[in-house]
Amino acid sequence: MVTFLIRRLIAAIALLIIVSMVTFAIFFLVPRLTGATTADLASRYVGKSAGPQAIHEVEVRLGLNRPVAIQYWNFVKGIIIGAHYDFGPSKVYCGPPCFGYSFINQTPVWPDLLDRAPVTLSLAAGAAIIWVIFGVTAGVISALKRGTAIDRVSMGIALAGVSLPIFFTGLLSLAIFRDNLNWFPNAGTYVGLTQNPLQWASALALPWVTLAFLQAALYARLTRAGMLETMGEDYIRTARAKGLPERTVIVRHALRSTLTPVLTIFGLDLGILLGGAVLTESTFSLPGLGKFAIDSINNNDLPRVLGVVMVGAFFIVLCNLVVDILYAVVDPRVRLS
Amino acid sequence: MRRSIPLVATGLAASLALAACGGGSGGSGGSGGDGTFNAALTKPVNPSTKTGGTLRLANSGDWDNVDPADTYYAYSWDFARLYGRTLMMFKSVPGKSGTELTPDLAQGPGQHSADLKTWTYKLKPGIKYEDGTPVRAQDIKYDVERSLDKKVFPNGPTYFNDYLDLQGYTSPYNDKTPGKLGLKAIDTPDDQTIVFHLKKAFAAFDYFAMLPATMPVPPAKDTGANYKQHVVATGPYKFENYTPGKSMALVRNTNWDPSTDPNRKQLPDRIEVQLGINADDLDNRLINGSLDSDVVGTGVQAAAAAKIQSQARLKKNADAAPTARLWYTAISGDVAPFDNIHCRRAVEYAADKTAMQTAFGGPLSGGDVATHLMMPLIPGSKDINPYPSGPGNHGDIAKAKQELAACGKPNGFKTVLTARTERVKEVNGALALQQSLAKVGIQAEIKKFPQGDYFKLYAGKPEYVKKNGLGLIMMAWGADWPEGFGYLSQIVDSRVIRDAGNTNLGVKDPAVDKLVDQAAVTADATARNDLWAQIDAKVMDDAYIMPFLNVKGLLYRPPGVKNVFVNQGLNGLYDYAQMGVK
Repeated sequence: MVTFLIRRLIAAIALLIIVSMVTFAIFFLVPRLTGATTADLASRYVGKSAGPQAIHEVEVRLGLNRPVAIQYWNFVKGIIIGAHYDFGPSKVYCGPPCFGYSFINQTPVWPDLLDRAPVTLSLAAGAAIIWVIFGVTAGVISALKRGTAIDRVSMGIALAGVSLPIFFTGLLSLAIFRDNLNWFPNAGTYVGLTQNPLQWASALALPWVTLAFLQAALYARLTRAGMLETMGEDYIRTARAKGLPERTVIVRHALRSTLTPVLTIFGLDLGILLGGAVLTESTFSLPGLGKFAIDSINNNDLPRVLGVVMVGAFFIVLCNLVVDILYAVVDPRVRLS
Repeated sequence: MRRSIPLVATGLAASLALAACGGGSGGSGGSGGDGTFNAALTKPVNPSTKTGGTLRLANSGDWDNVDPADTYYAYSWDFARLYGRTLMMFKSVPGKSGTELTPDLAQGPGQHSADLKTWTYKLKPGIKYEDGTPVRAQDIKYDVERSLDKKVFPNGPTYFNDYLDLQGYTSPYNDKTPGKLGLKAIDTPDDQTIVFHLKKAFAAFDYFAMLPATMPVPPAKDTGANYKQHVVATGPYKFENYTPGKSMALVRNTNWDPSTDPNRKQLPDRIEVQLGINADDLDNRLINGSLDSDVVGTGVQAAAAAKIQSQARLKKNADAAPTARLWYTAISGDVAPFDNIHCRRAVEYAADKTAMQTAFGGPLSGGDVATHLMMPLIPGSKDINPYPSGPGNHGDIAKAKQELAACGKPNGFKTVLTARTERVKEVNGALALQQSLAKVGIQAEIKKFPQGDYFKLYAGKPEYVKKNGLGLIMMAWGADWPEGFGYLSQIVDSRVIRDAGNTNLGVKDPAVDKLVDQAAVTADATARNDLWAQIDAKVMDDAYIMPFLNVKGLLYRPPGVKNVFVNQGLNGLYDYAQMGVK
């Protein structure tokens, strides 16, 4: 197990390094290859009325005129030992892991990422609990009640969940539950968990449910399909023939086997969400990593985009690592191998 | 399962209808108040002098910057008057008078030398910062010095960089003189007097004295780029907190003395601004009364606009506010065949301006059809229409074909029309123009570019424009302030054209440049404004610009908000310095 973990950790770190190189190249190398000059790149960091002199000064100050490999090395060095930025009367020290400095907002990227992460974490964790519970439960019931009204209704709802975009269901839920019924007056105004747990939950309830509605639909369909397939397996018939109670057959044998692909998808979904639930955060005005990414892209704030990409990649890699470990818990065949 | 889809759809439709019809239960809702449609254009709606309550504002994006040295958005300049005072400011009144300047920190307009190169302002006595310390002329000089440093403050305007006799001065942060006040272009003979020395004559310097860069900053409190974390207030409110990208809150500044400031009120106890609010949700909150104003003030989104225009109870709380902002198509004289004036004029005649107006949201939320550069709210504007575009402004095909024949292209030609990818209305406007040009044989291929790089790498870069044959360029331009220089200089003066990042996309006429120079040294405002009107007419005659829309913003004011009016000096925004909630 330890060897397995070490091997996976090394692979994860290597993957993150590759992601950082590719992302860095997209922002700083590809434009050069397509004809943009370093002055063109620097012009993104100056005001709209800046002259050539101001652009040149920024180009030199940000090191954009240096080889891309050296710029990348400086970026990596910043992550490991931090970096200093000299702007105004005081120098700004960006401690490790320094993911760069936003020259548009004049702030280091890492504290901003840390500030946004709890919002995304709150959203993703709450929604994940809801969608797993409801999605898997609905899938199991549908499979067991195949062809009945319950199956049709739950799969109908699942189809709606998959079909409706979150900016539609989100705005609709705000209009109904906040504006008309006034059940969640804080929806759309995030408050930290430590500041006021009740307001935190109230602000997130609609985003949780809306996001879970979309995801639960996928999980319900996936679980249903898996259960239907598993319930026809020989070992299920054998379990029943042994006289095991139906509950044990379903939970310990059928569901356990069905959960392996569900867990794989869950790891990917959670990782992606932790990197920023872009649409949900934008719809509900939640200042999380997804909203941060969109705002940074709109502002051409490349250091911030780079930072959020790295965080997103980290969460995806981490969640997949955790899923691999959980396989062994869920499926005894993995443990044995 | 087939039966469940219509069931779900019906339920959702019912829910939508419920949401659309219902009013808000938590706020002031969509009814009430004493407003009528467009009432706030000419008078304060719901006038009140009652104090108290919280003014709740929201912004669908982040703030550009609250630091007075680094801000360039009209809404930010409007809002900055709540916490900061400048030498001069626009009158805080509705109607045309809002475009007139009035003294703020200064006792009166600037006193100038005969050659218009030296401008002197005397400060009002008794003005204090939020901590009770007195405001000094040196502090105003210090903020102007800061604003010159475009490495630390890249976003603000560059008028002081361009006009002050800097003699090599770059930044107070490189300044070794005591007090970091080494800039020789500004004298402060005493704490109450500030004298600006320009390198070239400029008659409208009072407009520069209105810029946020003339807001005093105490050098001891300056933290460079981080000063935005706590700007030291001189206005009626001071910052309680500011979290970039999330929110800010202002509370009463007890050291603000209303006897020195007839231009502002201090009605709410508190002003809260939420940042990064979903634009459609922001509109819904305005309509249900849980927000008081969209601080950016560019107008509601399409969904809310449709709702407001179709429901009388909402429309009476709305204003189609005229702005000093123009949508136009730049016609590049550097790209053949637009080097021939007749081909440029063919475009002027052929454009279906009504179709383009529709693409931008129609007359209420888009704006009025434009026939020349200077919109009516710019002082001196004269209503001219050198290229009448036929009945209903659908384009004059016959005249366009005549011009094409005169250009030697009777069957039309091919060209490239550019627009910004992310701007849906702009792309739709380009499509409308493409279709109308096709009627006379001009085949315009639409090319879209990302908005962040539009001017710096593509449409605003002459080398790229020529190399890639960008003949027609979709463009919007808003005045820095509603006056000829603040509006026209950056789009018609050929000498502002640089290697990249241009906003003048092709107007190159020595006669226009000469008139610009003449206007800059004409002290009499009426004569000066007349010159700007002549420049407008000359550029139109050259046909380098095809204007099509004088922008209006469809603004919504919840009935619970008091003292609401549109200030034309602030680019058609509601005047936040007067708003109340009681």
